[in-house]
Amino acid sequence: MAAPSVPIATAETAKGKARPATDRWGTVVEVWLRLHTFVVFLFLYLPIVVVVLFSFNNTTRRVTDWQGFGTRWYEFVFTNGEVQRYLINSVIVGIGTAIIATLVGTMAALGLQRAPRWFRFPFDALTYISIIVPEIVIALATLIFFASTIGRDGILTNLTGTEIGFGYHTIIGALTLFNISLVLLLVRARLSGMDRTMVEASYDLFATPWRTFWQITFPQLLPAIVAGFLLSFTFAFDDYLITTFVNGRGTSTIPLYVFGQIRRGVTPATNAVAALMLLITLGILLVGQLLLTRQARRQSGQRGGGVAGMVAEQSG
Amino acid sequence: MAVTASAEAPRPTTRRRDVRQGLLTALLLLPASLWYLILLVLPLAIVLLFSFGERGKTGGYAPGFTLDNYAAVLEHPDPFITSLTLAISGTILCLLVGLPLAYYIATRAGDRKGLFIILLVIPFWTSFLIRTYAWLMILGPEGLGGFIGDTIGQPSFRILGTEFGVLTGLVYGYLPLMVFPLYVTLERMDRTLVEASKDLGAGRWATFRQITLPIALPGLITGSILVFIPMMGEYVIPEILGYGQVYTMGSALVLRFLEARNWPAGAAYAAGLIIVMLVVITVYLWFTNRGRRTRDVSVI
Repeated sequence: MAAPSVPIATAETAKGKARPATDRWGTVVEVWLRLHTFVVFLFLYLPIVVVVLFSFNNTTRRVTDWQGFGTRWYEFVFTNGEVQRYLINSVIVGIGTAIIATLVGTMAALGLQRAPRWFRFPFDALTYISIIVPEIVIALATLIFFASTIGRDGILTNLTGTEIGFGYHTIIGALTLFNISLVLLLVRARLSGMDRTMVEASYDLFATPWRTFWQITFPQLLPAIVAGFLLSFTFAFDDYLITTFVNGRGTSTIPLYVFGQIRRGVTPATNAVAALMLLITLGILLVGQLLLTRQARRQSGQRGGGVAGMVAEQSG
Repeated sequence: MAVTASAEAPRPTTRRRDVRQGLLTALLLLPASLWYLILLVLPLAIVLLFSFGERGKTGGYAPGFTLDNYAAVLEHPDPFITSLTLAISGTILCLLVGLPLAYYIATRAGDRKGLFIILLVIPFWTSFLIRTYAWLMILGPEGLGGFIGDTIGQPSFRILGTEFGVLTGLVYGYLPLMVFPLYVTLERMDRTLVEASKDLGAGRWATFRQITLPIALPGLITGSILVFIPMMGEYVIPEILGYGQVYTMGSALVLRFLEARNWPAGAAYAAGLIIVMLVVITVYLWFTNRGRRTRDVSVI
């Protein structure tokens, strides 16, 4: 009994000696950590608050000229045909990209599991390249590619005699690339963390592979698929860089409108559009979060955290 | 093993089944492979090819083989230096801001960890363009820039159009990418190690330096890569907050391509950016494979 108490006692005295200093510094560090966290979150949310606040500015002149609270600029946006066309284009591009990227990405994640090793290595390399190469490089490379194949003087145009040209298809095609990789990584992470015994049990009970997939694998992958779909939508809806290079006549999206306004000088209407874009992207996140938490609750034993948790997990 | 065997046992593998399985695999992978080939490999190959070519008479590209375009990039290294400076200082700033934040969330937040992570994801998820645009107002002459100018009595003082303004936008845009991996490594940290270190008489700083920092290192490296790479190639943020005064690799590339219609020169800049990325990734992989015990943190 006496033997173990000796080292503990020395540890206590060592602690006791240093205690006054450690405690004071300890408090300082604790306070600083808390303050730092608070300030960083302020930093993260300040711009969002500023945009939303100024979108309710009732001014008729400059953006920063506060003339009281009003919804004048929302009325302008909702009655302005031009802005609405841009918004609709963005939604078309967002939904188109999200559907294709989710389908193709999920299929690829499932296929990769069964693919031979010689195939997996180059495929993985391309997945990472598509994410790592700067968007500006992809944007220009894609523009040159489209221009020299289906553009006015492109190879395909000269061969077939018909010009396909630029439009929704070029925007969605180019944006889908990055989002396929995104969905692929999300679904693959889920696949590797999946409970295999359920699949095996299903086979043991003589279920067909098709049925096993829809009844066992798919429900387990669903959170990743939903997260991938919503993320793809948001990225495509919000994309400026690639879209500005490969859009065609009449297919400009809302980020292009906002960027144009920034170039030419912002108006209070810009803020209303900006706040709307924030609202749409936030709404998507919220819907995803709700869907996933509900699904997680139904299937016990699932990890919670929803879309946000999945995104955080992925980048870790 | 027994379980796996029994799972495959009821379906005897015949040749026909093998072919069908192979076909299914190929079918599943076909669309993504096509996408990668047509819209990634081919365009990048074209850019690479163009970077060795010559400028056409009316702009665009003319076939040829020359290294002049690369020489031109090296002769005018300003945009490269600007981008590199911005990316390095942005990474350091993200680290200084992100490490205490990740540490707080991982060790002090308790039950509210999930909430904090969601709070980090929300701005990251909402429109990137709009959040950058917001800084235009905040830092502008009627915002912080003007306020500081008035305070120090220099009305010509500007934040927009300076590298500092761009840096603010960069750190703001990419901070979560630094925090997530740091949080993941710190969250898994064995807290008893910290207590042991303190029991052995080590001070706060010594414990941090000798226990916490080495444990956080993989997350720290991953986070740095995750923020450095997009910052290096960033175009939209410098374009908005730089007011055309901050000339980055991205701006140089676009200027060559679109305004000067000199495709080979632009392609050389693009190739230069890709080379920088490859070097960074190679160093990263070399770092992570060398003497690391656990490989729990990957690039993505």
